[in-house]
Amino acid sequence: MLVEALLAVTFVAAFAVLLAPARYAGRLAAVLSLLPLVGSLYAYTAFDGTGNALLGGTPAFETVVPWVDIGGYAIDWHVGLDGISLPLVVLTAVLTTVAVVAARGRIDERRSLFYALLLFTEASLLGVFSALDFFLWFVFWEFVLVPMYLLVAVYGGPRRRYAAIKFFVYTNVASLVLFVGFVMLVVATPVESFGLAAVAEAVRSGAVTGAFGLSAGALTGVAFLALFFGFAVKSAFVPFHTWLPDAYTEAPTPVTVLLAGVVTKMGTYSLLRFNVTMFPDLIRQWALPLAVLAAITVLYGSLAALAQRDAKRLVAYTSIPSMGFVLLGSVAATNYGLAGATFQMVSHGLLVSVLFLAVGSVEDATGTRMINKLSGLADRLPVTAAVLVAGAFGYMGLPLMSGFAGEFFVFTGSFAAPYPHARLVTAVAMFGIVVVAGYLLRLLQGVLMGPFEAPTAVTARSRRDLAPAVVLVLLSIYLGVAPGALMGTIQDAVGAFVALIGGGL
Amino acid sequence: MALPALTPQYVLGLAALLVLVVDAFTPTSRKNGLLAGLTALAGVTSAGAAAWLYAGGAGRTTLFDGALAVDASTSFFTAVFGCVAALVAVASYDYVREEPHQSAYYALVLLATAGMSVMAAANSLVTAFLALELVSLPAYALVAYLKRDAGSAEAGLKYFVVGALSSAILVYGISLVYAATGVFGFAALADAVAGNAHVTVLGAGVVMLIGGFAFKTASVPFHFWAPEAYEGAPAPVSAFLSSASKAAGFVLAFRVFLLAFPLAAFEALGIPWTLVFAVLAVVTMTLGNVAAATQTNVKRMLAYSSIGHAGYALIGLAALSGPTSSDVAVVGASFSHLFVYGFTNTGAFLVVALAERWGVGRTFEDYAGLARSAPVASAVLAVLLFSLAGLPVGGGFWTKYALFLGAVQSGLWWLAAVGVVNSALSLFYYSRLVKAVWVDAPDETGVARERPTGIYAAVVVAAVVTVALLVAPDVVFSWADAAARALVSA
Repeated sequence: MLVEALLAVTFVAAFAVLLAPARYAGRLAAVLSLLPLVGSLYAYTAFDGTGNALLGGTPAFETVVPWVDIGGYAIDWHVGLDGISLPLVVLTAVLTTVAVVAARGRIDERRSLFYALLLFTEASLLGVFSALDFFLWFVFWEFVLVPMYLLVAVYGGPRRRYAAIKFFVYTNVASLVLFVGFVMLVVATPVESFGLAAVAEAVRSGAVTGAFGLSAGALTGVAFLALFFGFAVKSAFVPFHTWLPDAYTEAPTPVTVLLAGVVTKMGTYSLLRFNVTMFPDLIRQWALPLAVLAAITVLYGSLAALAQRDAKRLVAYTSIPSMGFVLLGSVAATNYGLAGATFQMVSHGLLVSVLFLAVGSVEDATGTRMINKLSGLADRLPVTAAVLVAGAFGYMGLPLMSGFAGEFFVFTGSFAAPYPHARLVTAVAMFGIVVVAGYLLRLLQGVLMGPFEAPTAVTARSRRDLAPAVVLVLLSIYLGVAPGALMGTIQDAVGAFVALIGGGL
Repeated sequence: MALPALTPQYVLGLAALLVLVVDAFTPTSRKNGLLAGLTALAGVTSAGAAAWLYAGGAGRTTLFDGALAVDASTSFFTAVFGCVAALVAVASYDYVREEPHQSAYYALVLLATAGMSVMAAANSLVTAFLALELVSLPAYALVAYLKRDAGSAEAGLKYFVVGALSSAILVYGISLVYAATGVFGFAALADAVAGNAHVTVLGAGVVMLIGGFAFKTASVPFHFWAPEAYEGAPAPVSAFLSSASKAAGFVLAFRVFLLAFPLAAFEALGIPWTLVFAVLAVVTMTLGNVAAATQTNVKRMLAYSSIGHAGYALIGLAALSGPTSSDVAVVGASFSHLFVYGFTNTGAFLVVALAERWGVGRTFEDYAGLARSAPVASAVLAVLLFSLAGLPVGGGFWTKYALFLGAVQSGLWWLAAVGVVNSALSLFYYSRLVKAVWVDAPDETGVARERPTGIYAAVVVAAVVTVALLVAPDVVFSWADAAARALVSA
């Protein structure tokens, strides 16, 4: 019942905040967002699930209730957490509280609606990560879209409408394609339910038959590609990434934190759940082209970041190579590859939020985000500078921060991957780290070092403002020092899959 | 307690007469509220009686020498009509408050509803035609109710001319079918068409019947009256016609084609009418959605979207393939789509009624920033529109999915593919309205808007039911399935 309680509390909180007067909405939302946070931390400590939820493991806090029966297919309310979803649930709760706190003083119109939408997004995200039935998952998946669209379109920067509609159209087309692909697949199998585990079992055991004028093999391939396309858009792999810089840059900082920190993780999480876990044969077969795509994503994303003059847009682009690393680890289908991908999702969520909060703080203090207009802010804005440096170094993979651990796991797993030329592809992708370090150092040097320069007088906001960012840095360090805090449960879940397909390391 | 099988129809008919009586004895100042309350009560009571009859599980009851037959599909659709009529009556309380002849308005709504519920019980082509006229005649008058308003009068006239033409076509079709078979009753027709010698006459009759139903359901090729009539008519009447009247046309079409014209017998004669419906479904949904996407007027956009939804519902007739189980599934999907649509579409039109009352203009731009002055109504509108588009925020998600799945299971996956593409297109224009309402800045800020109780209550109920059907769809789906089974395996 814990998952239901989390969802119910968060949805109710969203409505309570919506009805609250604008003056109190922020404080109320901050207090109420602690409830799911505490709940998710309790879930973390009380977690007793074993194995992978899709591969016969026992998810924690599992409930199955028949929901509806359509055309002979049972659709259940089926939720539960395993080692892959648990870290993301905690990440969602943490980053929502951060976003709510970070919104203080940054949002000055229609505040009740803003905080309500944040909490509504959180509830939907929790649903996406805990659903174990396709329809339930899809309902929550689509739920995320509407509040995110409004958050960007109503509260964003000057080009918010364009960015919001682009985000909406891209992700909706992606949703439609993946929905059709998955339903096609299920119709072609003898299973009579949309439970993810049941479908995974049917696909793995080769129970797919030909339909829609396609052979069984072609149909499976089409479904695989449809799902991959859907998740690739959401995760912003090159060449499906163009919505990302616009949406991240135009969204207000708190929304960017949620977008970059959690919403893109929906894509990579689902990629792991659907494409990897359900189609072990195809992921083996397609590993090389997908890994090449990952390497392209890494290199293209980091080179594009190198060309940015707007600090926020630069940070937006840094997300793309990180998602490329997640893809690289996922297609490796080895123990460390998959576990590293999951770990990297959490780590990236923490660190990219730190960077966006720091850049947002710089913008608030100076009125601009243009790197060439800023210089020497380090002694004027010491806390912001410290946070920005910490976030950037974590991102570059400084040992003892979570970024290093995540990337290290991914590369270890990817090197040992069984597909041909795995080492070459991994080495090429690793080169991306150098570029990442290059542009982040350029950002630090340009904005923080040198003689002071800013278009207006610098008005530092209160130090409390960056408290959430500091907490995130500490969390990142904690995970860097003791990755076992998450890796144990994660490896338990991915281990079941690796054992199944006989992957290594 | 065993109710007479026609209780809902009696309730509606008697309530219409009662409205006229009450009108004669009530002071003008209290009239509107009393009449609206009476109408809504009659709607809810008939829906409740229908649910009661269904729960009693009486099976099929034939009355009046086989002229009417009451089964689960009758009760299902009577519930839809009753609910829509109640919503419309409650909303009309505010809409017609300042208009003369209120009793006529409410009585016509009730008479039309009674006609619809008789359509849902028709078991012979004669009663079918009579019931259809009982719906059509009040509907013409209702569209032209604001008779001093040029738009309303013009819409009423257009609606009447096209309606009279299509009635003529329908009755001619009935006469041709009679010429070929010599019977009117559905059961007798089913026997008489098997191996019928007059294939050409029968086929021409069936085509004309399809034309008559196309008019009532606002499907291609008799759809063009709908945007005109819905735009000019008072918004609650548009809601009533585009939801309840359309559903009534569909239930009659389903009854005629499932009970009187068995597919197998017609295929043996070389008249594959499912193919006709498949083509009509594709053309109707595509035309409706493409046209809706190009509108700048909100009411016309909703009118064209309602044509698109007729196309989705037609899948229920197009995807019949023979095996009982898949036929029940797809017909049931079509029924439940009409049920959800009854609430969702009515709600959307009633929000337009609200906007008309506020004097907001008619185009998308006029709706800009409505969310700032009317957050509740705007939230309701967003939920309703996204549900119409098939996003999982309302019951429309399940029913669209069930329809497309039904088409796939009958082997018509291309039809499902067309439906999916159309759904995606529809999201484009629905979200344009949501964007106008929630994102765009209003021309003037700080507008205080009155909150007409009746319309607000109606739209909130519509939205709550829509969302409730996402969470707990089984209540309606099982009823729709029973309704479909009653017709498919009759």
